[in-house]
Parts: sequence; structure tokens; C-alpha cells
Amino acid sequence: MEIFGIPLSAFASQLLLGLVNGSFYAILSLGLAVIFGMLNVINFAHGAMFMLGALATYLGATWFDLPYWAMLLLAPIVVGAFGVLIERTMLRHLYKLDHLYGLLLTFGLTLVIEGVCRSIYGSSGLPYSVPESLGGATDLGFMVLPNYRAWVVVASLSVCFATWFVIEKTRLGSYLRAGTENAKMVEAFGVNVPLMVMLTYGFGVALAAFAGVLAAPVIQLSPLMGSNIIIVVFAVVVIGGMGSIMGAIVTGLGLGVVEGLTRVFYPQASNTVVFVIMAVVLLVRPSGLFGKEK
Amino acid sequence: MNQTRLMYVGLLVLGLLAPMAVYPVFMMKLLCFALFACAFNLLIGYTGLLSFGHAAFLGGAGYVAGYAMRDLHFGPFIGLALGTGFGAMLGLGVGLLAIRRQGIYFSMITLALAQMLYFVWLQASFTGGEDGLQGIPRGSLFGLIDLANDKVLYYLVLVIFVGGFSLIHRVIHSPFGQILNAIKENEPRAISLGYDVDRFKLVVFIISASLAGLAGATKSLVLGFETLTDAHWTMSGLVVLMALVGGLGTTIGPVIGAFVILLLENKLGEIGNGLASLTGLEVFNQLGESVTTVTGLIFVVCVLLFRRGLAGEVIARFAASKNGVRVN
Repeated sequence: MEIFGIPLSAFASQLLLGLVNGSFYAILSLGLAVIFGMLNVINFAHGAMFMLGALATYLGATWFDLPYWAMLLLAPIVVGAFGVLIERTMLRHLYKLDHLYGLLLTFGLTLVIEGVCRSIYGSSGLPYSVPESLGGATDLGFMVLPNYRAWVVVASLSVCFATWFVIEKTRLGSYLRAGTENAKMVEAFGVNVPLMVMLTYGFGVALAAFAGVLAAPVIQLSPLMGSNIIIVVFAVVVIGGMGSIMGAIVTGLGLGVVEGLTRVFYPQASNTVVFVIMAVVLLVRPSGLFGKEK
Repeated sequence: MNQTRLMYVGLLVLGLLAPMAVYPVFMMKLLCFALFACAFNLLIGYTGLLSFGHAAFLGGAGYVAGYAMRDLHFGPFIGLALGTGFGAMLGLGVGLLAIRRQGIYFSMITLALAQMLYFVWLQASFTGGEDGLQGIPRGSLFGLIDLANDKVLYYLVLVIFVGGFSLIHRVIHSPFGQILNAIKENEPRAISLGYDVDRFKLVVFIISASLAGLAGATKSLVLGFETLTDAHWTMSGLVVLMALVGGLGTTIGPVIGAFVILLLENKLGEIGNGLASLTGLEVFNQLGESVTTVTGLIFVVCVLLFRRGLAGEVIARFAASKNGVRVN
């Protein structure tokens, strides 16, 4: 069977690859949005944290023989703690200043983290294989579905929706949303806002690390993997707008799929298609698809 | 104001004498980056727009100028003009899109569009991809002045730099510049006063992009090659750092910043070896290969502790001593 002259199996596998990338975009842009909401900081280091999550998975396996499943829990905790440290020691001194200083600081941190990792591990890929329990593939008839890729999509979507649920439907989430709206007022009600801000940053960063663990076996694991993806995620955030959690998830997934399809029909443009879409969205709907700003 | 004028004259004399003491190619590279950083600073320091994609103009203009001079056999004047014109056109396109959003979104859009262009250069056939555009001839200016001699070319580059710098100076101190400053300080108020803020932003963005293009085109003429490094996002970050180290919103700051950063990049290995022999720590010997890390550290330190930059710090202290106030 063929679709527009492309064999269905090739079409479906690129679609799946698009969904895998889209899941990463979704988690990362979700984290960016959550952090921006509370801290008013665009976390450039998000890509570096994604990379650290993947690197931690690799190191956990080589140094301590820790299995993938342990790292799926441990890496976000470790990287999240690192994020908390950064928030405590550096970021919090910048909240009163112009937003751009937060971007510049996290940009500098990205260079440091990447530079250090690169001088230790080089810039070529590190080997990390798919965990055995998720190895192999399932034959669906029209395509062969690699189990691990299916797992990535399911796991990231679950995490995304869990985050959405916590923020939109729970008491903790209502504090967070109120803090985003008016931090002073929430503090006046006796909520420890600085603590909340710190944990928000830690959580956002942990999300990025979680995506990193998921990515370790499927994306080339190297110190540069983070900066390659973060700029695309910025474009995703511009397209979706950071006002809505669901918007971030939908936009991330959707753009991943579009990118995957572009790889089928016009491979030359697969690197640039997200940016082109961003330009079009800016022309047609400047505040982004789900944007709430004026 | 007289002291400022005296400083400019002093710097100009220094610039005229420099090739006698310093390797001219390094000086030319420095002037190109200084112009690039000044052009960038016109946006961030005087209009409050943080462009995180200025590498697009530097690299793009470098490719266009290099292609025009090498493959189309144009002379250096036309080559530089085409590069600058490309910077202006690109500035128009990027500017039109980016000014549709404010604040931090502006930075993300410029960064994303620059990344898109990076991929375009990577895939285009004439840029030579990963190898870069090699062997750009220097030619002769108007068929009269042979630019093969480093010192001759140096004075051309100096003229270009002084021209660009004067233009920026003129823009900042014009009524137009006052409105830019108003936009930076309080955009809603500038709008309520009846200014078409978007038009002002677009014009200044195009000026900045053209000058960044001029810097890129000149750089490709000087070095004789153009590579992807100039178009990469790290270059966009580097120019931010130059302006930041020198002092955002000071006329001379970016020049100082460019000098400091370039010197550091070139001498980091030697500094590292010196530190290693001084402290006996082997680690410092690797400093030469850790440019990225060191650049990042400077970034972090500047943002946390040193936001006024070198020139800004001097100006603040000077102003304070004049008023009899101490700054900390």
C-alpha cells in the first residue's frame, strides 16, 4: 500500500519518529512554560539539562551498572537537584531585573555545562542501547513497530498529562497558577512563594532530564544533543505560546509529526520546517496558536 | 563632552598606529568584531531589543560577499556593498517577523530564524557546507589600490569601522535615537505619545543588521574564507557577551568587549600554560581547549556581578566621583 507514492511502512515509521521527537518537544516546551510562568525566566539551559539527563543515564550504566529503569527515576532527581542548586545560588538574584538577564545567565550555564561535558566525553556519540525488556518490535501488519519508540511516546504523554492534571486540577496546582498570576498576593496569603519558585525550577529541569533519559537510546547521545534540540523547542514555544499547558503539549507533538512527514516528502527541509511554520504563524497569528498575551 | 571627544581622538590615533606594533590581521579581525558588537549594541543598549540571532547577518553577509568576490569576480567594493545590502534585506525580513512579539519572545524568534538560516547555509551548494567558502580573493579597491598588502587592507578596514561607528554614534545622538531610548525605557508611553513604535524598531533593526552585515563581509574579505562558525548560534551568543563585558548601552563598550573576548580566545592556551606552571596544577594546561567553558563562565560572572560591563563601570564611577557619591 502507498500514500502519495510513499510506501505505507516508510510513511508510518517516519510518522512514529516524528511522534517520538514530538514527545521530546512536548515535554521540553512544557517545562519551559512552567518555569517561565513562575520565574519569568526563559531557561536556555533546558537543552543542557536534557543532555545531562541522558548523560546521567549513560554514566549510571557504566559506573554503577544501574539499569535503565532506575535511571528513569534517578536522573530526573539528580538533575532536578542540580537545578535547585542553580536556582538557589544564581537565578534568584535576577528576578527583579529585566527578563533578558535570566536568558543570558542560563545561556552562559549552557556553555559551561556543554563545554565541561565535551572536554570529558568529546562530541561524538556515546553508546547506550535500548533496555532489554523494551527491545524488539511488534508487527502491526502495515508496519513494524519498534517497542521502545512506542514506549517513549506513551511515557512522555503520560508525564505530560500528569503535569497538566497537577497544575490544572489540584490544590498545589492552583497555588502555582495563582503564583504565576500574582506572586505577591499569594505570598500575603501565607504561601511560601520562594520555596515554590525553587521547586518549580527543579521540577521543570527534572522534566527535561526525564526526556533526556527517554532519548538516551534513540537520539545520538552526545554533549551537543541539548543545544540542537533547544532552539527548535524555542520555535515550538513561539508557535504555541506559553500561556497554556495543553497548548504546549499539542504544539510539541504536532510539530514533531510535521517534521517527520517533511522528512518523507521533502527531506531537505526537515531541519527548517519548524522555523518556517513559526514565521507563518507570526504573520497570521502573532500571539501564537494558544497564546493569551495581547 | 570634551573628554569623550579626547578619548575618541586618542583611540583613532591608536588605531592608526596599531599595525606598527600588532599583527595587522588580528587588528582587522578585532575591528570587524568590534563593529559587529557595536551594531548589536545599538539594539540591546539603545532600543532594549535583545537579538539572539545576529550571527545570521554576520555569516550571511560573509557568504554573499565571499561568493560575489570569488565566484562572480566582483571587486571588493561591490562585494562589501552586496554583503551589507544582504544584511539589510535579511534585517528587513527577520525584523518584520520578530517585532511582532515583545520581550523575551523577540529573542527566541531571532534565535530561531538565525538557526533556520544556519541550516540553509549548511545545505546550500555555494557555501561549501562544512568546509566553508575558501579562497576569497582580496582584489584591489576600484582597480587602483591593491589590497594584498595587510597594512593597506588594514587602513581600509579602519575606515569602514570608523564609518560604521560614526553612523551608530550619529543614530544614538539624533532625535531618532531619543525615541529609541524612549521605547527602551517605556514602550507603552512611547506609543501613547503617538510614535509608531514598530516602525522605529524595524528601522533600527535594519540599521543594525546592515552594519553587522558590513562587519561580516569585511571579515570574509580580510580572512579570505567564510565558515559556518560565523552563522552558528554560539556566534550570536559571543556578540552578546562582547557587548555585555564591555558595557551594554555604552558607545565604546562593545569595542572594549570585542577586544577582551578576542584576546582571551587567542591567548587562552598561553594563559592556561602560565597558570599551570604558576600553580603546578595540570588542569590548566587544558584551558586552551576549553574556550566554550571559559566563555560560559565569563557570561555567568558578568550577568551575576558585573552587569554594567567594563565601560559602564568606569562611567558610573566617574559620574559618582563628579557628584561626590560613592558607588559600590
